[in-house]
Amino acid sequence: MKRVYVNEEWCLGCHLCEYNCAFANSGLEDMVKALKGKPIFPRVHIEEDSGITYAVSCRHCTDPLCVKSCIAGAISIDDGVVRIDRNKCVGCLTCVLVCPYGAVAPGPEGAAQKCELCMRNSCGEPACVTGCPNNAIVYEER
Amino acid sequence: MSEYLIIGNGTAAVGCIEGIRSRDSESSITVISAEEHHVYSRPLISYYLEGKTDLERMLYRPRDFYEKNGVRLVFGRAVKLDAKKRTVTLADKQRLSFDRLCICTGSSPFVPPFDGLETVEKRFSFMTLDDSLALEKALSPESRVLIVGAGLIGLKCAEGIAGRVGSITVCDLADRVLSSILDSECAAVMQAHLEKQGIGFMLGDTAVRFDKNTAYMKSGAEVGFDILVLAVGVRAETSLAAQAGCEVNRGILIDDKMQTTVPGIFAAGDCSEGFDSSTGSRRVLAILPNAYMQGRNAGMNMAGGDSALEGLIPMNSIGFFGLHCATAGAYPEDAEVFEDRTEGIRRLYVKDGILCGFIVIGDVNKAGIYTSLIREKTPLDDADMDKLKKFPSLAVFLPETRRKKLGGVV
Repeated sequence: MKRVYVNEEWCLGCHLCEYNCAFANSGLEDMVKALKGKPIFPRVHIEEDSGITYAVSCRHCTDPLCVKSCIAGAISIDDGVVRIDRNKCVGCLTCVLVCPYGAVAPGPEGAAQKCELCMRNSCGEPACVTGCPNNAIVYEER
Repeated sequence: MSEYLIIGNGTAAVGCIEGIRSRDSESSITVISAEEHHVYSRPLISYYLEGKTDLERMLYRPRDFYEKNGVRLVFGRAVKLDAKKRTVTLADKQRLSFDRLCICTGSSPFVPPFDGLETVEKRFSFMTLDDSLALEKALSPESRVLIVGAGLIGLKCAEGIAGRVGSITVCDLADRVLSSILDSECAAVMQAHLEKQGIGFMLGDTAVRFDKNTAYMKSGAEVGFDILVLAVGVRAETSLAAQAGCEVNRGILIDDKMQTTVPGIFAAGDCSEGFDSSTGSRRVLAILPNAYMQGRNAGMNMAGGDSALEGLIPMNSIGFFGLHCATAGAYPEDAEVFEDRTEGIRRLYVKDGILCGFIVIGDVNKAGIYTSLIREKTPLDDADMDKLKKFPSLAVFLPETRRKKLGGVV
């Protein structure tokens, strides 16, 4: 299955992936309206360690702890993609407690959210990848 | 072809069904459910009262789950387990046979023998969907509610009903709230937050006697109430296993393959006693993720597998009125404690060079990185503890480890 991977030697730490992610998942058509002056809730995060930066998003594990741990049965695997049913999620954040990558986080309404590879939003392919100016994030089969 | 039988219809049972079906799509599976419900997410009963979910959304698996997995669901209470004849008898005398059995009976509320309890008209436990529905019927905007027990169940109940009743008082013999997961300082922070929401506490004190609508406390105080919720504690349901000759301590003893001491009989979830890998000792780990993982492991091994389940630890993510807390592992007295109070509380417990436990109150983001350090017993020799205690990040790992973590298929 194709997944999002990071080439940390190419990452500039510009955080564009975070903005592109938040925009792609906003459901809005105008980036300014979607992001300007608002707290954003991206599903990809730049981490920094002594000058090295890299993007972290859901690994879509083959045997995911979040799926096994969800107290609401709200996380499932659909064709390899780990998805959260926002309608069922009660925001207990057990998934946040178990994800070894720190890739799940509460969204604007308290329900947990994470990268779902932009399969069901207007972007249709990972927005963090298409918008990365330096090919530091790639979407490929490994 | 084997005949699989599962006693219980909760999270561990679902794990068991999915575990069996990952290896055996043919054989018959029968599930005995004492509760006449499709499997639901038990911890959501308080969210139901709070209006954050409803009966349809709180189904733990979709409506067609049993049908899709070829499971026969039988409503009834198992009363007899005969390990020699390989049969289980229900209260209505129906007898079911099995080749392999998994006991997923969970736990039930422990109610101490309070004097005069029978005189209390509106008294409830808070463990099942039916408990929640019955409690809901009794609620009114004027109700004065007394909850006995300031643990996870009692306080989640308080949060669930807070907007629907007049007042809530919670008492507990322990001197702090959430004594099973928080130390006294962290507990005080959570208590103060709950008090701001109007919940009253009587700690280090408990009811000793009831007379209709009055509780007589150990301290001599008297508390008037309309509704009583008993959330003192739970006990593993072990009686069937004991009948069958399985060794039982606080829970049904299982090995790392979920096998009880009687061949062919497995156990999983809150009724079982496995190993806590953060301490290396035996323990009933009554949390949902554990129930699912044990259930699934049991199912896989019932269907001919031979896999051991490791790395189970106590852990809880729980929030009250918007304040979250995440905890995991153990907090031994001889551990070195790294604390940060920039925002909320973060407390890391390090022993023998590895993280053995943590408590985070407030921003719980990325707490899973702490949890994985405990689960994987990652040596922290090179870790920058000052950074790690402020915020968990994959930067704690050496660059090559991190690249491996983020670069491969997991």
